[in-house]
Amino acid sequence: MNKFKLQIVTPDGLVFDDEVENIILRTINGDVGILANHADYVASLEIGKARVKQDGKYREASCNGGTLTVTDGKVRVIAFSFEWADEIDMQRALDAKKRAEDAISKKNSDYDVTRAKIKLKRALSRINVAQK
Amino acid sequence: MAQNMKAIKQRIKSVENTKQITKAMELVASSKLKKATDRIIKARPFFEILKEALDDIAKNNKDFTSPFCTHNKDLGVCHIVIAGDRGLAGGYNNNLFKTVDFKENDIIFPIGKKAIEFFEHKKANIYTDVYNVTEDISVSDCHTIGKELSKAYLDKKFGAIKIYYTKFVNVLTQVPQTDDILPIIYDGEEKNQKQSLIIYEPSYETVFEMIVPQYISGIVYGASKESLASELSARRNAMQSANKNADEMINTLNLSYNRARQAAITQEITEIVAGAQN
Repeated sequence: MNKFKLQIVTPDGLVFDDEVENIILRTINGDVGILANHADYVASLEIGKARVKQDGKYREASCNGGTLTVTDGKVRVIAFSFEWADEIDMQRALDAKKRAEDAISKKNSDYDVTRAKIKLKRALSRINVAQK
Repeated sequence: MAQNMKAIKQRIKSVENTKQITKAMELVASSKLKKATDRIIKARPFFEILKEALDDIAKNNKDFTSPFCTHNKDLGVCHIVIAGDRGLAGGYNNNLFKTVDFKENDIIFPIGKKAIEFFEHKKANIYTDVYNVTEDISVSDCHTIGKELSKAYLDKKFGAIKIYYTKFVNVLTQVPQTDDILPIIYDGEEKNQKQSLIIYEPSYETVFEMIVPQYISGIVYGASKESLASELSARRNAMQSANKNADEMINTLNLSYNRARQAAITQEITEIVAGAQN
C-alpha cells in the first residue's frame, strides 16, 4: 500500500509524525478515510474515534475536534486533544461522564448544558475507544 | 569616626537584604523557567504546523468570499499584546510596548497585568481586562479568546488582528515579535493557479468558521507560552546582574568599613601614646 506523511498535533505537543497507509477520522459530515495521493482537502473534525493504519495494523484513538488538512500530499491533523486507546485514563473519563450527566440533569443555563453535552460526548468517545 | 563606621555597617546590611530578595527572585525564575521552556518545546509543533497549514490554505486559496480573507482597511486593528504580570524583568515589558503602534480607532486586547496597566495609562480602547495573569492562561482560556475575537471580527468591530509577544530564542535572547493573524492573506510569491483546488468539507464557510477560532486560540496559546518563558528568563538575567551589582557594592563597602575601622584604631593608639608621653 502507498504511504503518506501524517502529522498529528495538539497544544500538548506533536503526537504523531510518521508515514502511514490510511487514516480514518470523524468529520462533521461523517467518517472520512484518507489514502495516499489524496487531493488537497480541508475538513472540520468532530469528537470521535480516529483510526490510523500503519504497517497493516490499525491503531485507535479518541480525537477531540479540530481540523484535518491535506496539502501537497501531506496530511495534518490539528486537534484539541488526541489520545491513543492505550493512553486513555478510563477512570477519569468515567468521572467526567458522570459529572457531565449531573450537569445536564440540573439544567442550569443553556450555556452550561451545551458545555456539559460537549464534555459528555468527549467522555463517551474516550470510553468507547478505550473499551476495545 | 565611629559614626561613619556605623553608617557603613547599616548600608552593608541593607544591600545584603536587597540581595537576598533578588537572589530569591532569581531562583524562583530559574525553577519556573525550566517548566516554561519544556512547555514551549511541547507547544511549538502545534503552533508551527497550525501556521503552516493556514499558510498553505492561504497560498492555494483563490476564493475571497470569506471575510476572513479580505482586509477591511476602513476598520481599526485589534492588537493582542502579551506582556508580563510583574516588573523587575529588565526591559522585558517596555521593549514589547515600544513595538506596539496603535492608532485612535484601534482596539487593544491586553494579556498580563503590565499590559493592562500600560494601555490604561495610554488611554487606549481596551477590549477586556479579564486576562491579567499571563502565567495562568490555559488552553480553554485561549479557546474563549479565539471564539470571541473571530466573532467580533465578523461583527466588524475591527478589520485585522495582530499579535505582539516576546519570542524566546534562548535564555539570553528574547525578541519582541509581531505577527498578523487576520485576515488570512498570502503575500509571498504567487502560485499560478486559476482557481482554488482545495476541497472544503462540509463547505468553505463552515471550515473557515471552525478553523479560524482554533487558529487564533492556537496562536494566542503558543505566544503566551513564549512570552512567559521570555519573561522568566529576562527576570532571571536582570536578577543575576542585580546580584552581581550587590556583591560589588558589598565589597567596596566592606573595604571602606575596614579602612574606617583601621583609621579609628590608629587614632586611638596615637591618642594613648600621646597621653603616655605627657
